[in-house]
Amino acid sequence: MSKVLTAAAPAFAIERQTRASRFGAVALVLALLVMVSMPWWGGRAEMRTLTEFLYILALAQMWNLLAGYGGLVSVGQQAFIGLGGYALVVFAMKLGLNVFVSVFLSGLVAAVIAIPTAAVVFRLRGAYFAIGTWVVAEIFRLLIANTVWLGGGSGLSITSAVKGIPAWWRESITFWLAIAIGLGAVLLSYLLLRSRHGLALTAVRDSEAASESLGVRVRDMKWFVYVASAFGCGLVGGLIFITKLRISPDAAFSADWTAIMFFVVVIGGIGTIEGPIVGALVYFALRGTLQDFGSWYLIVLGLVAVVLMLKMPKGIWGWVAARHDIRFFPVQRRLRLTETGKGGRR
Amino acid sequence: MIGWLDTIVQGLLLGGLYALFAAGLSLAFGIMRLVNIAHGDFIILAAYLGIAIAEPFGINPFLCLLVVVPAMAAIGYVLQRGVLNATLGQDILPPLLVTFGLSIIIQNLLTEIFSADSRGLNAGDIEIASIPVGGGIAVGVLPLLVLVTAIAVIVGLQLLFTRTAIGRAFRATSDDPVTAELMGIDARHIYGLAMALAMAIVGIAGVYLAIRTSINPTIGPARLLYAFEAVIIGGLGSLWGTLAGGMLLGVAQTVGFRLDPGWGILAGHLTFLAVLVFRPNGLFPKTRDR
Repeated sequence: MSKVLTAAAPAFAIERQTRASRFGAVALVLALLVMVSMPWWGGRAEMRTLTEFLYILALAQMWNLLAGYGGLVSVGQQAFIGLGGYALVVFAMKLGLNVFVSVFLSGLVAAVIAIPTAAVVFRLRGAYFAIGTWVVAEIFRLLIANTVWLGGGSGLSITSAVKGIPAWWRESITFWLAIAIGLGAVLLSYLLLRSRHGLALTAVRDSEAASESLGVRVRDMKWFVYVASAFGCGLVGGLIFITKLRISPDAAFSADWTAIMFFVVVIGGIGTIEGPIVGALVYFALRGTLQDFGSWYLIVLGLVAVVLMLKMPKGIWGWVAARHDIRFFPVQRRLRLTETGKGGRR
Repeated sequence: MIGWLDTIVQGLLLGGLYALFAAGLSLAFGIMRLVNIAHGDFIILAAYLGIAIAEPFGINPFLCLLVVVPAMAAIGYVLQRGVLNATLGQDILPPLLVTFGLSIIIQNLLTEIFSADSRGLNAGDIEIASIPVGGGIAVGVLPLLVLVTAIAVIVGLQLLFTRTAIGRAFRATSDDPVTAELMGIDARHIYGLAMALAMAIVGIAGVYLAIRTSINPTIGPARLLYAFEAVIIGGLGSLWGTLAGGMLLGVAQTVGFRLDPGWGILAGHLTFLAVLVFRPNGLFPKTRDR
């Protein structure tokens, strides 16, 4: 009976994996193994660069989630990086908690503070939301710059928080944390986008009005993405200042963080998971070649981003994916007729 | 008591400068729904343009307005037609990202050309001249001139919008660019003119800023924030509201500074947040944000 039915109706399968995605999974596992073992064989300089690469990748994924999927173009994500950094100061230095546990708490603090922040900035729409988030970041910067307990405007050294931890362990754990945060950001974004919430989020990205009419709670989705992204940025903020061991309001709440996120995502391709990875690679390559030219490197990055936005708005990855249909992290559901289905086609 | 009154008067005068910052931003948003993230950096660019003209030739800063204002207008027109028109549309991302990129390019170009040192324009005696208004309060001639200029700019814009053909074209294109084009208006040209006008005001604001205080290439974003706060506090679509918003922001900052030098800017930002929470549409809204 069931045989007859399958023969009559064209059989189909919902495809959620591609050959590239199986390759992507294998590559991710291999990269993970290589990186986790690096403290035993890798050089210090390489590990430092890789740490930076990983946290920039994490930041870019967070911004991509916000701007690429949530439609929330924030230029104030440095607020949560800075709050994460200063939460680390409070937990690890003032309260004496383990410095690595404090990084996790940094993320939580940023997420908690993001809740009342969202209540205010969500009153602004579109472009005004963008500038509003920037004002909020400035408010946090100035509040901390006025707090003598946290070192005021000149900041303070975090070295005492890692005192007593052997250097090798400190560097290795920091590096593993960077791996967890960098790859974790990619993986969690991927899993989120493949879930039913991801479907809703993608719908919000494509059309707010249409998704709302189909029952997607647009405001809730945006709120969730905003808080989640703050959590990620807070984690990274904690991590960044373990590696730098010195924090000041100007460095922690610098708009440069947002500039980097924006370059990486726009160059790589907004609204895809592969985009920020490609963008981070390009960013590091450009920075490596242009670092001897002072501020020219930022000028070139700015120009590249402006030209790409005008000529190739989907970024490098968007351009590649449109031509070759390669998806290492497929988040879409695609209907494919199976063999028997093809036979039954008229 | 006199001291506080003086602080408030100075804040109101500072509001004139903020209204000048805000007028260009408000204009670009009103006509083409474009929020220029590089707005503050263009103010600083205009200021450096003034310095580059006034310093080597020893020209009076007020005279260099004659060059800076048309030059900025030309930059605005070319920028709008050459770059920004291509970003306009339903999606808010392209204009934001392109102007954000421009902001970084301008800041770093200015650093390359003029170094990161603080610079300023010297306008001579007018900078320290003041008029006593009684009760021990004196009003600086320069801040007063800035405020008068801001009022003149707003009156000028009002007249332009309500009394002239080009103003009518601006309003028509703002309401509905497609229908406006059917009536023979070239929307792309109108957008170019609107940005030229916005940048001309930016030119005035930049030169005044450089006369009033010392500048460096990185302070543009903060000017963008003040301009933006003045617009939101005042209410979208109302130029007089923007002046009032600028004044409220100015008073908040000077009062904050008087309480503690570290609180000045913070008090301004917090006032903006308070308005956003209690009067989300601003104090004198004319249009509602969509």
